[in-house]
Amino acid sequence: MSQPFRIAAGGRIERDRTLSFTFDGRALTGCAGDTLASALLANGVHLVGRSFKYHRPRGIYSAGPEEPNAMVALGPTDTHTPNLRATEIELFDGLQAHSQNRWPSLARDVRAVVDRAAPLVPAGFYYKTFMWPADRWMTYEKHIRHAAGLGLASTGVDAAATYDRRFAHCDVLVVGGGAAGLTAALTAARAGARVIVADERPTWGGSLTAAPTTLDGADSRLWIASTLAELTERDNVTLLPRASVFGRYDQDLYGIAVRRPDGSPNDAAPRETLWLVRTQRAVVAAGAIERPLVFANNDRPGVMLAGAAQAYLNRYAVMPGRRAVIATNNDSAYAAARDLQAAGVDIAAIVDARVEPARITIDGVRHIPGSAVVAARGHSRVTGAAVAHLGSDGKSLDGAVEIIDCDLICASGGWSPTVHLYSHAGGKLRYDSDIAALVPRDELATLSVVGAAAGQFVLDRCFAAGAAAGRQAVAACGYGATVIDVPVCDGQAATPPRPLWHLPLARGHKGKRFVDLQADVTVDDVELAAREGYRSVEHLKRYTTLGMGTDQGKTSNINGLAILAETLNDPIDAVGTTTFRPPYTPVTLGTFAGRETGKHFAPIRRTPLHDRHEQAGAVFAPAGLWLRPHYYPRGGVDVQTASRREATAVRRSVGLVDVSTLGRIDIQGTDAAELLNRLYVNGWSTLAIGRVRYGLMLREDGMVSDDGTTARLAADHYIMTTTTANAGAVMTHIEHYLQLVWPDLDVRVASITDQWAVIAVAGPNSRATLQRVAGDIDFTNESLPFMGLAQGTFAGVPATVFRISFSGELAYEVAVPADYGPAVWDALMAAGESFDITPYGTEALGILRVEKGHFVIGAEADGRATADDLGLGRMQSTKKDFVGRRSLGRPALTAPNRKQLVGLRPVDAAAAIPAGAQIVEKPSLIGPVEMIGHVTSTAFSPEREGFIALAMIANGRARVGDQVFASSPLTDTLVQMTITNHVFIDPNGERLRA
Amino acid sequence: MLLIPCPWCGPRAQIEFTYGGDADVRRPKDAMAATGAAWHDYVYLRDNPRGSHDEIWQHSAGCRRWLRLTRDTLTHAIIDSAPPTKEPPS
Ligand SMILES: [Zn+2]
Repeated sequence: MSQPFRIAAGGRIERDRTLSFTFDGRALTGCAGDTLASALLANGVHLVGRSFKYHRPRGIYSAGPEEPNAMVALGPTDTHTPNLRATEIELFDGLQAHSQNRWPSLARDVRAVVDRAAPLVPAGFYYKTFMWPADRWMTYEKHIRHAAGLGLASTGVDAAATYDRRFAHCDVLVVGGGAAGLTAALTAARAGARVIVADERPTWGGSLTAAPTTLDGADSRLWIASTLAELTERDNVTLLPRASVFGRYDQDLYGIAVRRPDGSPNDAAPRETLWLVRTQRAVVAAGAIERPLVFANNDRPGVMLAGAAQAYLNRYAVMPGRRAVIATNNDSAYAAARDLQAAGVDIAAIVDARVEPARITIDGVRHIPGSAVVAARGHSRVTGAAVAHLGSDGKSLDGAVEIIDCDLICASGGWSPTVHLYSHAGGKLRYDSDIAALVPRDELATLSVVGAAAGQFVLDRCFAAGAAAGRQAVAACGYGATVIDVPVCDGQAATPPRPLWHLPLARGHKGKRFVDLQADVTVDDVELAAREGYRSVEHLKRYTTLGMGTDQGKTSNINGLAILAETLNDPIDAVGTTTFRPPYTPVTLGTFAGRETGKHFAPIRRTPLHDRHEQAGAVFAPAGLWLRPHYYPRGGVDVQTASRREATAVRRSVGLVDVSTLGRIDIQGTDAAELLNRLYVNGWSTLAIGRVRYGLMLREDGMVSDDGTTARLAADHYIMTTTTANAGAVMTHIEHYLQLVWPDLDVRVASITDQWAVIAVAGPNSRATLQRVAGDIDFTNESLPFMGLAQGTFAGVPATVFRISFSGELAYEVAVPADYGPAVWDALMAAGESFDITPYGTEALGILRVEKGHFVIGAEADGRATADDLGLGRMQSTKKDFVGRRSLGRPALTAPNRKQLVGLRPVDAAAAIPAGAQIVEKPSLIGPVEMIGHVTSTAFSPEREGFIALAMIANGRARVGDQVFASSPLTDTLVQMTITNHVFIDPNGERLRA
Repeated sequence: MLLIPCPWCGPRAQIEFTYGGDADVRRPKDAMAATGAAWHDYVYLRDNPRGSHDEIWQHSAGCRRWLRLTRDTLTHAIIDSAPPTKEPPS
């Protein structure tokens, strides 16, 4: 085997399945069951990245999600995923990974010069140095951002990667599949509760797999296997391996990112699925994270958490070094030393800060009590450890410094319970001095924390607590009690740890002491921040960036707090902790996006006539969620040419347009007219059956919010139309008033937009066209006058025809049940053939309405315009209350200089009008210039053979004939304009009534 | 994401609902007779309380009924959910 650090036996890998992978282009092999980190270590690769700020060489530090250093980009360069932890990436055949934050190469990184200049770059350096002069910050920032940082986002789209989302519900969610978690899950499952168990690793057993453990007198693998077998068999249990429970949200909602291993044969499955799990109770058995010892150069490749070294050995049969120094302040590292020694690693010494002996003893290993590793030797790999005796205060050294040669320093600074989800749920922490750790302070109503996550490090008590938590959870959900036999196992407590938040520097062995490896924050930085007055932990965090990396300081948090507390001479409890917030581990953005990307980003609404538009070669444009024909290019012409042809066809002959997207609301009940009276500014009591009326709605603040026509079909029956964009909002608006403000009105409303296909037929030949279609509707002016409606059979289907016009021409809207739409469209196209009937899109619709001077919601009526501003003040009834009326009396709404709707024409007839231009009095592009109005809509008018515009101009109606300037500094244009009436064609409406 | 109990449909995820504001902001019964101050309060002024807050929500992707939800703005706890006609607890 070409993996020199792979041990001949043991581990939980599949030795006979060799996998090939590359790291920075170098071809390597590993085994199925490896992580990228364990496979790299098996090949003796320790240098895997450069640090964030100082570009120092970094190695693999941990064996789990807490990894601060070993972050890589996974996948081909253009579609890679950056900042993934090598300790979590499952190895697969063909894996490609790249190191990050180095240039030109990992071994020779030119920016490492920052490390040597480090005394010049203390905490807050950037704030202090580059903020003045203030206008230069943008320049500095670009270079600083380029030099600092981790991985780069990929630029390509990984088309093969899909993500998904699902919702799930359960009685008990168990987070963590170790001793406590599996016991809680089994207890709850046997009671019949619906249980989901999630663990971030691909395999179950948690810390039981990191160390050889005896349960009921046998290897713990047996207990894990039998427990899993039972859980798998039960219908009421869902097991989620590779599942990071990254957040706890309101009302017991948990976010879980569930990975599919890359390279798995089931490539069609989503790469990652976001599970949103709503549970009644949660049992958090998330374990604990080992913390570093903070000595000089404690970041050198070859310095590793002791528990990680033990895990690499026992899980992956990898020897992380040949000769190790164990540095510790607690018992757990002794177990690591024992296992490493048994595997053939030469244990040079166990350096224990404590004087009292540990509960574990290891024969034949040098034990150095009361001492500490104060510095690591070596640059891109550890070559030795500097060891010195600690003074009784832990802050000074006595005696000489001894150098012990080694290629591995296994460090253990104690264990921090993984309390993140408890914190997400609002739980507060307390400092437990017996274990020198922050632990949950209170019981929470729906979440319990058990095992190492609760600071319980004695194995038999973890089992007992898991069972108790499982029983308690199911009882709360109404299930009966169950009995479970917990395995007999080690029940002895460890010798208490000696708190050791950082180590003193030894003469001749200086170096940076990293508190936060990922954010490159040192002891000196924390002390400096405290001296400069950053006494709150939240301020410390922001000033030094402690804990602000993608690992959120999983390995650094408590050390940072404790150093701050020491500097301030306060107890740790008094300093307080930062609040852990979701996500516990970084989650790929794709997981949140799920399938809602590209054309699935939002639903697409297509009208019943969509196929007809496609057949006619329409170019579509989105209108809200709708796709509407923008124009019909006919022979590949551009939008201007096509839309002018379409608009001209309407003015000269006949055109037809799909208006199915307009909102339609069916209103029925004895108080239907009264409802309309209250919603619209104008009166409705006088509208006769079979007639249509234009209506205008305001918000309560008096501004125009929507408009449309409403038709009276019967005494108690109306059909309201709304604008396309506001169809949903108007429906909600009506429901709000009906249910909350006027519940006494006898009215029912229903949205019927989707039930109808509606075609507007417009132009002087529209009547003749309709008359050629078979049916029983009389289209004569006498029978169906302007603002009338008729019902009958049209093209063989039941139809309602409204004689209304948006274009300003003689026009009709034909509404038929949605499925008949295409047939009626075809009938109209056939009937109008000799008139060269022309389908038109929204661009031509826009030209026609600007020519006719119709405002639209969103452009002229932009939420700041009153009815009077739009020239419709007289529509407003004075005989009734309606939504917004009370506001109309406010002085500002009748102020003399309000902007009013007017038209504009360029003085030079050939000039174009810049869209979005501001209206100014004087021809100056240099400010400040008083802006008296703005252009709201522009169009080239085929009818007027030139550009026209609508605008809102202060006191505009009184200024018709004045000359002003349309100023567009963005396009550096200034066009002289004449203010005109806003209606450019047929001001008396003769065409409408023809 | 909140879990909101709809009085008609049962507990549903927040994405099915639309927030409608303070439940105790009521349109003056006779708007035209309302004082300028009262109308101004109704249109523009909203409290921003810390703690219990009566709100209206619409079950917009469900039964489309408006409901009255009492919610703790600090803890996000749902305290009560009722039809909108229910008078506020005194
Ligand atoms: Zn509902």
